[in-house]
Amino acid sequence: MNESIYNHIDLPSNYRRRKITNAVMLSLTGLTVVLAVIPLIWITVYVVMKGGRYINLDLFTRLPAPMGMSGGGVLHAIEGTFVMVTLASLIAIPLALLAAFYLLARPNTTLAHALRFSTDMLAGIPSIVIGLFGYAVIVVTQKHFSAFAGGVVLAIIMLPVVLRSAEEMLKLVPGEMREGALALGSPEWMAALKVVLPAAAEGIITGIMLGIARAVGETAPLLFTALGNDNYEIGRIIRDGIHYHQSLGQILSNIFGQPADALPLTLWKYAQQPYQERVQLAWAVAFVLMVLALGLNVIARLWLAYRRRKLYG
Amino acid sequence: MQPQIAFQQTDTTDLAVKMALNNLSVYYKDFRAIKDITLPVYEHRVTAIIGPSGCGKSTLLRALNRMNDLIPGARVEGEVLLDGENIYAPGQDVVDIRRRVGMVFQRPNPFPMSVYDNVAFGPRLLGLRKKAVLDEIVERSLRAAALWDHVKDKLGQSGMALSGGQQQRLCIARAIAVEPEVILMDEPTSALDPIATLNIEDLIQTLKENFTIVIVTHNMQQAARISDFTAFLSMDDDRAGYLVEFGPTVDLFTNPKEKLTEDYITGRFG
Repeated sequence: MNESIYNHIDLPSNYRRRKITNAVMLSLTGLTVVLAVIPLIWITVYVVMKGGRYINLDLFTRLPAPMGMSGGGVLHAIEGTFVMVTLASLIAIPLALLAAFYLLARPNTTLAHALRFSTDMLAGIPSIVIGLFGYAVIVVTQKHFSAFAGGVVLAIIMLPVVLRSAEEMLKLVPGEMREGALALGSPEWMAALKVVLPAAAEGIITGIMLGIARAVGETAPLLFTALGNDNYEIGRIIRDGIHYHQSLGQILSNIFGQPADALPLTLWKYAQQPYQERVQLAWAVAFVLMVLALGLNVIARLWLAYRRRKLYG
Repeated sequence: MQPQIAFQQTDTTDLAVKMALNNLSVYYKDFRAIKDITLPVYEHRVTAIIGPSGCGKSTLLRALNRMNDLIPGARVEGEVLLDGENIYAPGQDVVDIRRRVGMVFQRPNPFPMSVYDNVAFGPRLLGLRKKAVLDEIVERSLRAAALWDHVKDKLGQSGMALSGGQQQRLCIARAIAVEPEVILMDEPTSALDPIATLNIEDLIQTLKENFTIVIVTHNMQQAARISDFTAFLSMDDDRAGYLVEFGPTVDLFTNPKEKLTEDYITGRFG
């Protein structure tokens, strides 16, 4: 005779216990979500409170006031960041995209494996070491610090970020799409440019934004390369250039050839100076940097949403 | 009860051979995917390739416009003749072969661009720039693919926003826009619902007036419904696909010569 298992089981109490366990676990996971969000909110609120009140027009349009004096802005750092990140993007993005296409087209060659391995290694190198490399290779040979050197080391830092994310995004494009173009008699480069790249554009742009955000936020590598320059002002360089009848090449070499500042570099320097006004400026810079990073993120996401609507109706 | 199938009438006597496979073998590195296949493809007819999974149907199809060239380590022995010329002969231009032998894939693969640009992609690739001519080709191709009435007011919309069946017809329109001689179809309806499948099957019937069609299908009913000739492939012990039987579809399905064919079409294996 088979005895029913239910003679040995207290069903209501079992169900009650399971419900309670479920509720406890669910609240625990919910709690961890809150814990994970706290740092972001805390940092944001703190920086907004500390730095927000020092935001004014001067911050974006004027050079720093002499030490100990109030007023002034961080135009030099904004322009320096702009110049160096632009240079870094111009170097890193085309290189990264072309290399990513190579990895897509010939994923298993020795060169591809070597490229992937060295990119991963590059991503793992502490950024200060890359700065030191820039110092040894560019600053020492040119015998001066420069925005150019800063841009190059930032490009080295951006490269692996953009390259690996671009490769991942290109790999997500269905192989049939590339084959569809090839089956129409398209050469490989055109299939890549006209079909695969647009299909992966959303992800690639997100990767580029991440790379730019990374470059904008880097401090350490600039210590050895761009050094810092409280008087860096593109407007003045251009005005002087025109005044002295310099060629475009000369003006450009003045923009890239002299030491420059960057937002995180300024933040790091000013935060440790014993002047109230400089520390306030540092908080304002922290605020600007945060808005910049968030802004890049928001722009990237809006662009993605727009592209998706256009593609999938 | 099996539905009655109206077979295509086939008369092989005055048919022109558009493509011919002569002892074709395809290798992926050391693995032989298909071996010694000899097969005619008749002009303005639909040739179906059927057989169990993994027997090399797609490999065979892709050998016909050298899409296997894209796979590292793939190589071919034997010949594939297109109008009597071996497409694997040295000096053959793979781009020109793919223009003459177009392809439609299993999963609809519209490009991430507008309906118009999708269809105009091939002609533009060939250097056609005249707007008026392009407009006409786009309309003609979309009409031939029975899609024009659905998309004529939204040519600027993304091709990826269409339904699955419409996407596949867009891909067919894109393929015929370059006026190929042969169209290869690799299970073109396997990702579609039954109604979209029927639409594509009807379309294939009209397309064969202007094109020669080779279609891979895992659906035997479909092969019986739409093809004039059928090639049945199977695998031998070392997993290489070989041709069991080829003939007019009506003969192959009603009076197979080989025991294996009979077992397969009656559903005893596969």
